[in-house]
Amino acid sequence: MEPKDHIDNTINHLFRQESGKMVAVLIKIFGTENIELAEDVVQDALVSALETWKYRGMPDNPRAWLYRTARNKAIDIIRRKKHSKTIDFSDPERKLLTSEYTLANTMKDFWKEQHIQDDFLAMMYACCHPDISQENQITFILKSLCGFSTKEVAKSFLTAEDTISKRLYRTKEYFRKNKIRPAIPFPEEIGTRTSAVLSAIYLMFNEGYNSTHDDQLIRKDLISQAMWLCKSLLDSAHTQLPEVYALMSLMCFHTARVDSRITEQGALILLPDQNRSTWNTELIRLGGNYLNQAAFGDTLTTYHLEAAIAYQHCTASSYKATNWKEILKYYDLLLHIDNDPIVSLNRCLILLELHGPEEALEAIKEIKDHKILDKYYLYHAILGEIHERLIQLNTAVEHYQQAIQLTQSKPEQNCLQQKIARILN
Amino acid sequence: MKEFLMLIRGGQEKYNSVSPEDMQKHMEHWQQWMGSLAQEDKLVGGQPLMNEGTTMTERGKKVIDRPFAEGKELVGGYLLIKADSLVHATEIAKDCPSFEYDCSVEVREIAPMD
Repeated sequence: MEPKDHIDNTINHLFRQESGKMVAVLIKIFGTENIELAEDVVQDALVSALETWKYRGMPDNPRAWLYRTARNKAIDIIRRKKHSKTIDFSDPERKLLTSEYTLANTMKDFWKEQHIQDDFLAMMYACCHPDISQENQITFILKSLCGFSTKEVAKSFLTAEDTISKRLYRTKEYFRKNKIRPAIPFPEEIGTRTSAVLSAIYLMFNEGYNSTHDDQLIRKDLISQAMWLCKSLLDSAHTQLPEVYALMSLMCFHTARVDSRITEQGALILLPDQNRSTWNTELIRLGGNYLNQAAFGDTLTTYHLEAAIAYQHCTASSYKATNWKEILKYYDLLLHIDNDPIVSLNRCLILLELHGPEEALEAIKEIKDHKILDKYYLYHAILGEIHERLIQLNTAVEHYQQAIQLTQSKPEQNCLQQKIARILN
Repeated sequence: MKEFLMLIRGGQEKYNSVSPEDMQKHMEHWQQWMGSLAQEDKLVGGQPLMNEGTTMTERGKKVIDRPFAEGKELVGGYLLIKADSLVHATEIAKDCPSFEYDCSVEVREIAPMD
C-alpha cells in the first residue's frame, strides 16, 4: 500500500469513529442552534489532519491530535464570537468560556474522555426525539454521528441528495427552534427513550441487512454503524439495559449469516439453501453472550424474542434439524407483546414446517388485517409456498406472480421467478 | 442585585517566575472560583490583561508607551460580578485566587448615571 493510501484509510476510519463524537462535544459547546458550526469545525480539523499528516506523517496518537485540533479551532471561534449572539453564553458552564481566566481549562473539561462518550450518547437520544420522524432521525444520525457524507446517506436510502439535505435541514431547524439540550434521559424515562433509539438503530441495521442495494460497501457500512451505535450504549453504565443487549445479540446473529444470503452475483439464497459452514461462529458466540446478558431483570422485549429465534436458526445443524417447536413458542410470545399481522404471517411459515400446509393455510386465514397483508409481497410468497406444498400449482403460481408485482427488489423478483419456473418445468 | 468591578493589581513578578505546573494549579483555582460564581449567577465577565499598554494624558496629546501604574499598582485583570451590597461583593472578592500571587483587589460598585 502506498503511504498516501495508508493515510487516507486511517483518516477515513478515524473520520467514521471520531467525527460523531467531536460533533457531539462541539454541539455541547456551541449549542444545538449551532450544529452547522460544530460540523464545520470537525470538517476543518479533518482537512488540517489530512494536510499536515501528508507532509509530516501520522502522529503517534491521531485521535488525540484530532481532538486537540478541534479544541483549538473551537477556542478560536469562541474568541471571535464572544460578543455575538450566535452562541448562548448564559449557561454557567459556557459563561466560563467568555473569560480568558477560564477559557482554556473549561475547554479541556469539555473534551474529557468520559464527557465525550456521554455527549455522544446524549446526542443519540436527542436525535431520536419522538417529535422527529424516524427517517429524519436515521438521516441525521448517519450524517452527524456516523460521519457519512450527504452522498453516502442518499445512497443508503436510495434517495436523491436533495431529499437528504431537506431532511437534515428540518432536523436542524427542530433543534434550533426548540433549543434542545442533549442529555442522557433520567432513569424514570430511560426505558421509553431508549426504545426509540433502539428502533432507529434496528431500522438502520435492516436497511443494510435486508435492503437490495447493489452496493455491498454501503450495506456493510450500515450494518457496522448500527452495531457500533448499539455497542456505545452498552459501554455506558446508564444505558446497559436488557433490551440493548437483546438487540445487540439479534444483530450479531443476523450479521453472522449475512454473507451466506447472497451469491456473488447478487442473487438471494433462502435459509434452507444457505451454506451453514460459512456462518460466522465468532459472531454467533458473541450473540449468545449478549443474549445471556439480556436475560437479567424481568424485561422481555421483541428484541429478546427475535434474538432467541435467530439463536435457534444459528445453532441448528441443518434446516431440517431446526427446533421449530421452540421457535413457535417464541412467535406466540411475540404476538402476545404485539399482535402484528406480519409477525402472524411469519408464524405461519413455522407452522408450515412443523405441522404442514393445511394447518399453515388455516392459520393464515385467521390473521386479521388482510387488507394490509394483501399488498405485502411476502404474504403472497408464503401463500405460494403453501399452495405449492398442497400441490395446488395454479394457485401457487398466481400468488408468486402477485408477489413479484408487489416487490421492487430485483433479487426478490428473481427468486420468485425461479420458484415459478420450478413449478412449470 | 448590583454590579461591581473588581480591579486586580500587582503580582506580575511572581506570575512571571512561576513553573508551568504551579501555574496550571493556580488556573484551576480560578476555574473553581469563577465556576462557582457562574453557578450562582454572580459572574458577569472579566479578563486578565497583558502587561503592556499605553497611557494618554493632556487630552490625549501625550502618549506614554506603558500602563499608568507600575509594580504593585499595575492593573493585571478585572472581573464584573453581581452582589447585593459592597459588603457582600467584598466578601466574594476575599476568595479571589489572585491573592495567591500577592495581588491587591479593589472592589467598586458600578455607578448608575441618571
